[in-house]
Amino acid sequence: MSIMTTTRDFPLLKTQVEQRKPLPGEPEAKMTVEELTIRYGPRVAVEGVTLPFYRQLITAIIGPSGCGKSTLLRALNRMNDTLPGVVTQGRVELDGKDIYAPGCDVIALRQRVGMVFQQPNPFAKSIYDNVAYGLRINGLVRSRAELDDRVERALRAAALWDEVKDRLGKSALQLSGGEQQRLCIARALAVQPQVLLMDEPASALDPVSTAKIEELMFELKKDYTIVIVTHNMQQAARVSDLTAFLLSGHLLEFNPTPQLFTTPAEARTEAYITGRFG
Amino acid sequence: MERHFERDLQELKERLLWMASLAERAVHQAVQALLEGDEAVANQVIAEENAINELQIEIDERALQLLALYQLMAADLRFVLAVSRINADLERIGDQAVNIAEAAQRLMRHPRVKPYVDLPRMGELAEAMVRDGMNAVVNRDLELAKSVLTRDDQVDSLRDQIFRELLTYMMENSSVVFSAFELILVAKNLERIGDHATNIAEDVIYMVAGRDIRHPAVDRR
Repeated sequence: MSIMTTTRDFPLLKTQVEQRKPLPGEPEAKMTVEELTIRYGPRVAVEGVTLPFYRQLITAIIGPSGCGKSTLLRALNRMNDTLPGVVTQGRVELDGKDIYAPGCDVIALRQRVGMVFQQPNPFAKSIYDNVAYGLRINGLVRSRAELDDRVERALRAAALWDEVKDRLGKSALQLSGGEQQRLCIARALAVQPQVLLMDEPASALDPVSTAKIEELMFELKKDYTIVIVTHNMQQAARVSDLTAFLLSGHLLEFNPTPQLFTTPAEARTEAYITGRFG
Repeated sequence: MERHFERDLQELKERLLWMASLAERAVHQAVQALLEGDEAVANQVIAEENAINELQIEIDERALQLLALYQLMAADLRFVLAVSRINADLERIGDQAVNIAEAAQRLMRHPRVKPYVDLPRMGELAEAMVRDGMNAVVNRDLELAKSVLTRDDQVDSLRDQIFRELLTYMMENSSVVFSAFELILVAKNLERIGDHATNIAEDVIYMVAGRDIRHPAVDRR
């Protein structure tokens, strides 16, 4: 499948319709999962999923509750390892290297593949210390000036700097929900990841904060590979370039978002996105 | 904060305006080809129709994607619906221009029935209605849209006048029937262009004020 199917040539007009402008040429997969199967004890949560995640594009994973979308997302930085009884089979590659191979440094992996959760979860520390946290514990900076610089850049990238620059020493818990979520994005960005995983990043936020997070994602995708899990189909339609539809642990359809939401290939995708079930 | 879809809405508007400029030019050139007996211009109108048709498909696809991907509300929703309707009207205007250009090609092989007086006026009126209808789209100008609606009556009465006049020519001299009949069809084409411009003006009123003024006899309670 080529994601160039989102464009259509109009030779006389010398133009193309491209709502979500794909990158020139074939997109490059930053991560891939191959034949991925994940079990919680006897229960199969994800079965035989093969899926690429492209650089500089946002991929949305949608599907009804319990379809395995969060489990699939968490497999991308081995967050499932922390749960008891989880068995993961198949390959998950980052830049062509299997992240489940023996000897893979999980801490380094999670530094490269950052994550933002559903509920904003800032530490009970200052705004500054929240962003600086990952840099300090990983020993990523050598001086206070460098730390200041990295914290500022992360807050700017998360579109939060102007709102908090005069109160960096204040507790992060005083921020609004939307600000807290952008702080968590800044905290994830501070360690300079390459992939950003977002698990329902806006489901606990009001519409204005949601809009800010979505616009932020458009900015961030220039520099990161973004994978978002959402039960909010409208959000997937708004922000993503590619959409994967998961049902009962199986990948049913993976297509450019404009195509999936106007002419889905699978009858069950159509039934789901038109609200017939799920 | 500019939302992402606002850029897509802006692009949609720009494409619609491009299509409108092509349709308006087609009308102008078709009438010019007829009045001046210029075959090259008539051929150009016919050749350029495909570009208008391509734009119709492109604009429909953009509108469909906007509706599918963003939950447009209120003014944005009315705008996309209006664009979709205006798109169809502009394509029909392009078709009517081609009809006139083809009539111009046929008329060139025959002597003129009479000097053209009302046809150029009618052409100018219809063309101005299209242009002002689209200016009303761009500037969200209700007054301009209303002025387009009132001008439709002038176009209709010119059509009636042309019909009556050509009918008398045909009754006096049967050798002019072919040309006179072609000219009656051209007058009908121009009248239809005025009708499409009227539709566009009605869409502007719907888009800006949220009022549907089509078919006043329909009870909307």
